Amino acid sequence: MEIINLLIGGFVVAFEPLNLGLIIFGCTVGLFIGAMPGLGSVNGVAILLPMTFLVPPTSAVIFLAAIYYGAMYGGAISSIMLGIPGASTAVATTFDGRPMALKGEADKALIAAAVASFVGGTISVVLFTAFAPPLAEVALAFGPPEEFALMMLAFATFIGLGGDDIPKTFFSIFIGLALSAVGLDIVSGEPRLIFFDIPGFFHGINFLVLAIGIYGIGEMLWTVEVSKGNVQMSKATVTVERTFDALRKVLGTWKTMFMGSFLGFFVGILPAAGATPGALMAYGIAKSTAKDPDSFGKGNIAGVVAPESANNAASTGSMLPMLTLGIPGSPTTAILLGGMVIWGLEPGPLLFVEHEEFVWGLIASLYAANFFALLINIAFIPAFIMVLKMPFTILAPIIFCLCVVGGYVPTQDMHDVWLMLGFGIVGYLMRKLDYPLAPAVLAIVLGPIAEPAMRQSLIGSHGDISTFFTRPISGTIMICAIGLLLMPVIKILKNRMQAN
Amino acid sequence: MRKAELVMALCLAAFSAYLMLKSAELPIGWIPDEGPGGGAFPFWLAAGMFVCCMCVVYRWFRRTSPISQSTEPYMDKNTQRMFITIAGSLTVMIGAIHFIGVYFSLPLFLMFYLRFLGRHSWPLVAGVAITTPIITFFFFEIALLKALPKGFTEPLFYPLYDMFL
Repeated sequence: MEIINLLIGGFVVAFEPLNLGLIIFGCTVGLFIGAMPGLGSVNGVAILLPMTFLVPPTSAVIFLAAIYYGAMYGGAISSIMLGIPGASTAVATTFDGRPMALKGEADKALIAAAVASFVGGTISVVLFTAFAPPLAEVALAFGPPEEFALMMLAFATFIGLGGDDIPKTFFSIFIGLALSAVGLDIVSGEPRLIFFDIPGFFHGINFLVLAIGIYGIGEMLWTVEVSKGNVQMSKATVTVERTFDALRKVLGTWKTMFMGSFLGFFVGILPAAGATPGALMAYGIAKSTAKDPDSFGKGNIAGVVAPESANNAASTGSMLPMLTLGIPGSPTTAILLGGMVIWGLEPGPLLFVEHEEFVWGLIASLYAANFFALLINIAFIPAFIMVLKMPFTILAPIIFCLCVVGGYVPTQDMHDVWLMLGFGIVGYLMRKLDYPLAPAVLAIVLGPIAEPAMRQSLIGSHGDISTFFTRPISGTIMICAIGLLLMPVIKILKNRMQAN
Repeated sequence: MRKAELVMALCLAAFSAYLMLKSAELPIGWIPDEGPGGGAFPFWLAAGMFVCCMCVVYRWFRRTSPISQSTEPYMDKNTQRMFITIAGSLTVMIGAIHFIGVYFSLPLFLMFYLRFLGRHSWPLVAGVAITTPIITFFFFEIALLKALPKGFTEPLFYPLYDMFL
C-alpha cells in the first residue's frame, strides 16, 4: 500500500508540465538518435547531459531517462529498415526484422518492435517498483565467476543461431572474441595485437565498426549481388487493417514477450551485463523453444518480439543497481550516474529515504516514458516506411554514406572507417561461403565483459577452473551453457539415428 | 565455389596463425600472483580459429559440407563487375575524405552512384547530392556537436560555425 501511495506521489511529479514536456521531447529525440547507425542511447544521454543543468535535478534525470527509453525503441528502426543495428542491443532484432522488411512486412516488424518494447519496459518497471531493494541484493551475489558463466551461456546460444555449420559458427565466435582483445591489455596495460604498429589499434576495435561493416557495407553488397542490382523495393503500406493484423500477431507471441521481458530484466540488473546479452539470450530461447525454429532468421515475428522486449526490460533493469547500489549496469546508466553525482544526488540505499520524491518521480516517469515512446514510435511508422519505398539505387548510396559517417562518429578516427570497409568486404566474401557473421558481432560486444571476468575469476581461484562449477549460481549457469552447447551434437546424432 | 571454400579456409588459417604469433608477444602462460598472461586469451582463441579452419579443410576434402559440393561459380562476371565498381568507389570516397573532407567526398560518391549506376536524372542527382551533406552537417555538427573530417576544406566551415554555434 505504501508503494502505491509513493507511486501516486511520483506520478504527480512526472506529470508536472515541465517534466511531461521533457518526457515527450526526450522520447522523440532518443527515437531519432537511436535510429541512426553509429549512435545509441549512450551518445544521446552523453550529448544532452550538459543541457540538463538548465532544469532541476529531478526533471533532468527524467529527461535523460526518456532519451534512454526513446533510443532503446529507436535502435530497432535501423535494424529493421536498413538491416544495420543502430546499437549492440538491437543486433538480434536484425535477424528477423530485416527479412520481414524485405518481405514487405516492415510495418508489422516495426509495430511488433514497438509493442514488445512497451511490454518489456512496462513489466520491468513493475518489477522495479515492487522488488527494487531485494533484487539489488541478488545482483550483488554476482561475482566474476557468475559473470563469466553468464557470458558462456550467451556464447552457447550463438551456436544455435549460427546454422548447421558448427566449425564456421565457432570460428565466427572466436574471431569476434579475438578482435575484442585488440588494444591494451586490461590487466597489465600493455599494448596487445597492434597489427603492423598502426596507432589506430591502440583504442581497440569498436563493435560498431564490425557491425556497420558487416550489416551495412556487406549487406548492401550482398543485396546488389542477389538482386543483380535491380532490387524490388518494399511494398509495405500502413493501413488500419494491417496494423490490427500486426497487433493480433504480436499478441499471439505473448509467451515470448513475457519470457523476453523477465529474462531481460534479470540480466539487466546484473552489473556489467546490460541489454545485449539479455536480447541475445531471449532470441536464442525463443528460437530453441519455438514449434518452427527453422522459420527464425527468415522473418518470424517472434524473432523481433523476443529481443525487443528483452532489451527494453534490461534498460530499466540496469537502472536498479545504479539507483540502489550506485553500480551502473550499462554505459548509459554510468553516464546517468555521473549526472546524478553532479546534481548532488548520491546513489545508494539512502537515496530511497533521503530523496524519496526524486526516486518515485523517476520511477513514475519510466511508466510515462514507456507509454509516450510507444505512441511516438507508432506515429512515425508511416514516415519510416516511406524510406523503404525509395528506389534502391537512391537508398543504397545514402546507406553507404551513413555507414561511413556512422563508422567515424564513435571514435572520430578515420582508421575505423577503413577497418569498417575491410570488415564489410571480407564479411561479404565470407558470407558467400556460409560463414555466419552475427556470432562475430555479438562476440566482439561481449568479449570485453567475458575476458576480465574470466581472468579475475582465475586470479581469485589461483588458476583453478573448478571455481566456475563449484559456486551455486555460476555452476548452474555453466551446466545450462554446456547443455546448450551439446544440443547441436545431440541433434546431429538424433538425425543420424533416424536416418539409420 | 569449391575452390573459394578452400582458399578462404587457408587464408583464415594463415590469419589465425599470425594472430597466435602476435598474441605470443605477451605472456601466454600462467604468471604467479598475476594470473593468465595478457596474451593467453587471444592466443587460445586464435588456436581455436585455426582448428576450426582445419575442420573446414577436412570437410572440403571429404565433400561433406554443402559449399564443398557446389559446382556454382563463386562470383559470375556481372557480380565481379558490380563488386569491383562499388567496393572501388567506396575506397576512393573514403580515401578522398582525408583530403577534401566528408562534405565534398560524399556528394561526389552520390553523384557517381546515382548517375552512373542508378541512371537517375541530373536534377534528382543534384538534389540528393546537395541535401545529404547539408542534413549531415546540421545533424552531426550542429545538433550533436560531432565534428566530421574536413581535410583542407576546414576553413570553409568557420563562417558556418560562427553562425550556428
